[in-house]
Amino acid sequence: MVDSKQQWKAWLYLSPAIILLLVFTGWPIINTIRMAFLEGYRSLEAAGGATYQIGFGNFTKVISYGKFINCMKNTVLICILTVPISSMLALIIAVCLNSIKPLQKLLQTIFFLPYVTNSIAIGMVFAAMFNIVGNVVTGSIQSYGIKNDSNRFFGGHWIDWNNVSSTYSSNITVMVVYIVWNALPFKILILLGGLQSVNKQYYDAARVDGTSRVRTFTKITVPLLSPMIAYGVITGFIGGFKGYTSSGGIFGETMGPAQDAGRLNTMVGFIYDSLSNSYQGRASAAALILFVIILIVTLLNLYVSKKKVHY
Amino acid sequence: MKVELQHLTKIFPNRNKKIHSDVVAVSDFTYTIPDGQLVGLLGPSGCGKSTSLYMICGLQKPTSGKIFFGDDDVTELPPENRGVGLVFQNYALYPHMTVKQNILFPLQNLKGSDKLTKEDMLKRTYDVAKLVQIDDLMDRKPSELSGGQQQRVAIARALVKMPRVLLLDEPLSNLDARLRLQTREEIRRIQRETKITTVFVTHDQEEAMSISDTIVVMKKGVVQQIGAPQDVYDNPANLFVAKFLGTPPINVFNGKVEGGKLYIGDDAVLNTNIENDCEVMVGIRPEGFVLDPNGPMQCKLNGIEVMGRDVSVVSVNDACVAPTIRSIIDADNKPSAGDETVRFSLKMHKVFVFDKATEERIHYEVK
Repeated sequence: MVDSKQQWKAWLYLSPAIILLLVFTGWPIINTIRMAFLEGYRSLEAAGGATYQIGFGNFTKVISYGKFINCMKNTVLICILTVPISSMLALIIAVCLNSIKPLQKLLQTIFFLPYVTNSIAIGMVFAAMFNIVGNVVTGSIQSYGIKNDSNRFFGGHWIDWNNVSSTYSSNITVMVVYIVWNALPFKILILLGGLQSVNKQYYDAARVDGTSRVRTFTKITVPLLSPMIAYGVITGFIGGFKGYTSSGGIFGETMGPAQDAGRLNTMVGFIYDSLSNSYQGRASAAALILFVIILIVTLLNLYVSKKKVHY
Repeated sequence: MKVELQHLTKIFPNRNKKIHSDVVAVSDFTYTIPDGQLVGLLGPSGCGKSTSLYMICGLQKPTSGKIFFGDDDVTELPPENRGVGLVFQNYALYPHMTVKQNILFPLQNLKGSDKLTKEDMLKRTYDVAKLVQIDDLMDRKPSELSGGQQQRVAIARALVKMPRVLLLDEPLSNLDARLRLQTREEIRRIQRETKITTVFVTHDQEEAMSISDTIVVMKKGVVQQIGAPQDVYDNPANLFVAKFLGTPPINVFNGKVEGGKLYIGDDAVLNTNIENDCEVMVGIRPEGFVLDPNGPMQCKLNGIEVMGRDVSVVSVNDACVAPTIRSIIDADNKPSAGDETVRFSLKMHKVFVFDKATEERIHYEVK
C-alpha cells in the first residue's frame, strides 16, 4: 500500500484519466439511465425548461414499437447465425494455418487484412459484389454482380440479394456473409495464438498413442483451445448485439432495400435513429434494454463456458 | 522384445549459414538391447541421447541406419504402429482429462480387431493404475496431482496399451531429490514386474547407474561405452567416461610415464609395464586414496569434511587439473585437521591412465 501521506500523489497522477473517464464515460452512463426513466424526454424541450415525470413510459413505448421489435429480431437473428459460423470457420482456418509451414506469415497477414480495413468500405464492396445493376423488375440488367455471376456459372439462377425485389432471407444472407467475413480475422488471431502456445508434446503423445486426426482435433485441440473459443464467442455476441455498420455498409442510410427502408435495421441503428429524431428518452431506454440483453447473454456464456472450458 | 539398433545416424540439416557443417546428433549407433532389460542412455545435454530415444519411438526419422523390434524392421513405421509407450520429460498429460480419461485415451484409439469393449478398457485401466499405485486418484485432474503422481500417471498411460518397448525421457528430472530416489526404485519395480524392454534417457549418472541393467554413455552423438554400470565405472574406456561417472567425480592429474614409472607431478606413484615414455592424464577415483605416512603421493591438506560414514579429505596438488583433490577415507582413519600435508598411497585398480592427446585409456599392470 502507498503511504497515506503519499496517496494524494497517486490521485494526482491518476486524475487526468479519471477526469476524462468521468466526463466521457461516467456521466453519459448516468445520464442515459436518467433520461431513460424520464417519460418522453427530449433534450431540446428540457433545455427550454420542460419537466418530466419519472416512470417506465419510455420502456413500454419502445417495447410496443414495431420498428424496435423488428430491429431486435434482426439483431438476435444475426447473432445466432454469425457467431457459431464465424467461430467454427475461424477454428478450422486457424488449425489449417497453424499446420502450414511455408508462407505461414504471409497467409496470416492476408487473413488479418479485413481487421485493418474500414468496415463501411467492406460493406460497400460486399454490396457491390452482390449488387445487380439494371432494372430487376423489367429484366434489363447490365451486370449481375460477382456473386450472381458465379451462381450462373455453376448453372444456378440469379438472385436479387439487396435490390428492390430482394427477400428478407436473401438480405440476411448477404449480411451474414459480410459479418462472418469481417469477424474472422480477430477470431483467427486469438485461436492461432492459442494454438501456438499449446505444448507440442501433447500432439507427440497423441501420435505415439495412435490417435486419429479427427480425434486429436476434437479431444485435444478443441478442449485445449476452449478458453480462446469461449473468449471469441463472448466477444462475438457482444459485437453482434452492438452491430450497426453491417447494415449501414451494405444498404446505406436506408438500413434496408429501397422498397422497405429500415427492414434490416439493428438495435444500435434504432438508437441512432431515435437520437437523430431527438427522442433521447426512447433512445436511452433502448440502450438500457440492449445493455440488459448483452449482460444476460454474456452471463449465460460464462455459465456455459465454466462447464465446458477445462482449465 | 529385443531392440536392435544398426548404424543409427541422425543428421540435422544446418540452418546457420555461418557454419557450413550439418549437426550430427547421433552417429553410427549400433547396439542390441536384450529382451526385458532396462537400459539407460546417459550423457551430458546435447549428446544425442534424446534423439536416439525419439528415433526408437518413431517421432524422428533416422538419417541412416535401421531399427528392429525383435525381427520386425520398424525403421519406416510411424510411432503409432510400433507399439511403443513413451513417457515425456514433463509428462504431457492432457490437462483437461481426469487421470482415468488420460489412461483410457490410448485404448480408445485402438481400431479394428484390436478394439476393446468398454469393460476390458476399464479393467486394463484399473489394472495398470494399481500397478503404479494411483488407483485412488482416478477422478483427479493432472493439475491436482503432485509431480510424482503425475509421473506415475504418465507411466500408466504409456503402459496401458501393453507396448513392446517402454521409453522414458528424463523420467526423474522434474522431481525433487527424495521423490527421485523413490520413483527410480518404482520404475525399476514396474519394469521388473512387466518385463517390458525399457530404454530411458538421463543426464544424471547416479540415476542411470542405480537402476539400469546396462548403461550407454554418449558424447556429442558418439557412443563412448556400453556395459553394466559397475563395469563401466570400474573400467572406463576413456577420460570422458571416467569423468562422467561417479560422485564425487574422479580426480584428474597431469602426469607422465618415464621408464615404466608413472609420475604425478614429481612423485613417482606406481611402477607399471607401460614401455613407451609419454605424457598422460591420470584419473584416480576418490576412494582410490589410502592415507599412508610413507605413501608416494604428497598433497597439501586443505580441509576435512565429515559425512558420517566416511570423511572427505580435500587437498591440493599442483599436478591436479581441478583446484582441489577430493578423496574419501574411512572415518576411523582420518588425518588430524592441524596437519599441513597428507601422504597417500594409491589403490591400483582405482587409478586409470589415459593418453594425453586422444584421452583413450592406456591399460597397464603394476610391476
